[in-house]
Amino acid sequence: MRRLVPIALLGAVAVSVASAGPAVAERLVVSLSNHRVMVTSNFVGEELVLFGGIERDAATRPRRGDYDIIVTVTGPRQSVVTFRKARVLGIWVNADSREFEGAPAYLAVLSNRPLDAITNAETLRRLQLGLDNIPLTPSGNANAADLAGDDSFRSAFIKIEMDRGLYRETSNAVTFLAPQLFRASIPLPAEVPIGTYEVDVRLFADGAQIARAPAPFEVYKFGFEQVVSAAARDHGLLYGLATALMAIMTGWFASVIFRRD
Amino acid sequence: MQIYLPIADLPVNVFVILAMGLAVGFISGMFGIGGGFLMTPLLIFLGITPAVAVASVASHIAASSMSGAISYWRRRAIDLALAFMLLAGGIVGTAFGVWLFTLLRGLGQLDITIGVSYVLLLGIVGALMVVESVRAIIRARQGKPVELRRPGSHTWVHGLPFKLRFKRSRIYVSAIPVWGIGFMMGFVGAVMGIGGGFILVPLLIYVLRVPTATVIGTSMVLTMVTMASATVMHAATNHLVDALLALILMVGGVIGAQFGARAGQRISGERLRLLLGLLVLAVGIRFAANLVLPPETLYSVRAIEPNL
Repeated sequence: MRRLVPIALLGAVAVSVASAGPAVAERLVVSLSNHRVMVTSNFVGEELVLFGGIERDAATRPRRGDYDIIVTVTGPRQSVVTFRKARVLGIWVNADSREFEGAPAYLAVLSNRPLDAITNAETLRRLQLGLDNIPLTPSGNANAADLAGDDSFRSAFIKIEMDRGLYRETSNAVTFLAPQLFRASIPLPAEVPIGTYEVDVRLFADGAQIARAPAPFEVYKFGFEQVVSAAARDHGLLYGLATALMAIMTGWFASVIFRRD
Repeated sequence: MQIYLPIADLPVNVFVILAMGLAVGFISGMFGIGGGFLMTPLLIFLGITPAVAVASVASHIAASSMSGAISYWRRRAIDLALAFMLLAGGIVGTAFGVWLFTLLRGLGQLDITIGVSYVLLLGIVGALMVVESVRAIIRARQGKPVELRRPGSHTWVHGLPFKLRFKRSRIYVSAIPVWGIGFMMGFVGAVMGIGGGFILVPLLIYVLRVPTATVIGTSMVLTMVTMASATVMHAATNHLVDALLALILMVGGVIGAQFGARAGQRISGERLRLLLGLLVLAVGIRFAANLVLPPETLYSVRAIEPNL
């Protein structure tokens, strides 16, 4: 049986270099503390916990260094415009803008140590890991100058999102509880967008990616929040009439209460 | 106490919103203005997107002007005939304003147009009101009789045809300036996203010579109708009215408006106009500073609404 392993290994390598044969390399098992994050009227944000184990079997070849984990959490995608102000006739106006199509509304890159310590810049760029390497291409009025490396709009956009707490890169968010057992905390701020989130867990060893596992979750409105937003979306006119009526009733009610006779 | 807003998609402190509603409601009851030009920037400051803020503030203004209007109605300080005539012009003005709004947005120059028109409008209206009311107060201090409306003090406005008699306000004016003012208010309201009460009140006082007693109540009726219909329009087209946010604002707003209306009746007309003039001027200067001073960050980000 043992003699066959190297042949199987060769075969696996030949078939898929990048994803590494699961039978022989490490296997990544991950699980989230909650797959469905409910947004109710007292929602003030939540912290999801991701647990993961690295499975080895007798055939796995020993590693020289320790394992590293990079977790990328990507929220629902949207199109955003970044504006740059300039002075025109003494007043500041939005003079220039770039539109980024399909930018994630939430993005967290979590790891157990700085990304550049885990692997080299070339690999990070190829795998699109880290805030510096996420694919964000301007569309619309992008011109040659932008494509040639003027990424001031891109870095300004990332900085604004980081200030809002929606983009983050944390190099100590993943902790190893044991050499083959880790835990990562995913902070979801109160302003977290509604939608489906992808969690991409990548296992690195000796600077190379050796395993990868997904763990999607969903952020959704529940109860009163869900009823109101569904009504506003599906029955706009009725919802508007009801709100206007509510306003008039509130005004009338107040004048009855405060009547001084 | 934090509560999550279903349309604005973020949690807010109920007491902060309630206090803002109270404060703006007080001002709105006192001067007979909607207060949208104060409330919308406050909500945006809390992190609510401008579109949701504008749409939700409309219903808050409707509620506080309803509550204010009822108290003026009891004091027989509303000229309904005048309000209806203004409204007729207002509807046409709103339609024209919405058309221009869409055109400017298409050209990508909406933000700057709104900014500059805020500064010009608030600056001019505020300055005029301050100057006029200070003069009136000085005249009163010097012991000269407060200028009464004399039958002979007519301007060219009073020479226009199609004259109508508004009994409650005791004025006899042409329908043309009444429709014109209504049109202008509807137009400005649609383009700038405000009720326009702070323009309406001085126009009624200075152009139509409507007595201060009926001007505020009449303006409130008008604001209530335009803002209630704006709520319905915003909800039906953009789906951005946050009913929960609106409700919290309303509860604060209507209570504030009651106290504001009482405070307003105790202050003399000139002083009231001076205070409103200063307030309008201050907001205008604030907007001007925003346009002229170097911004903290050159960059800003806006998500493109998928349903627009």
